[in-house]
Amino acid sequence: MSGSLGRVAAALLRWGRGAGGGGLRGPGVRAAGSGGGGSGSAEQLDALVKKDKVVVFLKGTPEQPQCGFSNAVVQILRLHGVRDYAAYNVLDDPQLRQGIKDYSNWPTIPQVYLDGEFVGGCDILLQMHQNGDLVEELKKLGIRSALLDEKKDQDSK
Amino acid sequence: MELSAEYLREKLQRDLEAEHVEVEDTTPHRCASSFRVLVVSAKFEGKPLLQRHRLVNTCLAEELLHIHAFEQKTLTPEQWTRKQQK
Repeated sequence: MSGSLGRVAAALLRWGRGAGGGGLRGPGVRAAGSGGGGSGSAEQLDALVKKDKVVVFLKGTPEQPQCGFSNAVVQILRLHGVRDYAAYNVLDDPQLRQGIKDYSNWPTIPQVYLDGEFVGGCDILLQMHQNGDLVEELKKLGIRSALLDEKKDQDSK
Repeated sequence: MELSAEYLREKLQRDLEAEHVEVEDTTPHRCASSFRVLVVSAKFEGKPLLQRHRLVNTCLAEELLHIHAFEQKTLTPEQWTRKQQK
């Protein structure tokens, strides 16, 4: 099992232009803009991360990530069939970009929040994906990972 | 402030009492100062991923202000041994 996941991981991080495009854009994905200005305050960010079950802060958008690590987050969510999530582009808003780092006390983007709680960046999400934790966390949120169905098909062969 | 892979490696080893540290300067692959680190330390035992990464972030708080991209892998000595056996 770890073999194929390892290849997936390597592919995710191999960033190339156009690698993020052409992806399945779920109807629920929102590239929420900078909202109503001044989006860097702790209260506003707190509300933002709690508004949706899955919230990510990216460089770029799910359709056009502008960074390999942000792309990896988008692709992992796509693999699990998570379509309804809020995505905020920090490149659109310098206040948001700094504000979210202060809020989570985490120095880099992308940032992933599940159920209002900061989970980590791309490294952590990738490890959670590889060790099965992500499937579990999604399950707690009432989201059934697409990989469970895939695995079932494989097991039944 | 010197921002070399060697400098980071020593700091991580010292502050996290690490058994093993690898620091790769990935700057050539990215647009600005970037590093990838692997830290093996008993201090990670019993700690979830996020806490482990925060330990590393705290150790390099000053340096991270000047680093554009940062990847990290944090393992306990046991996880490291197991990994090497594969």
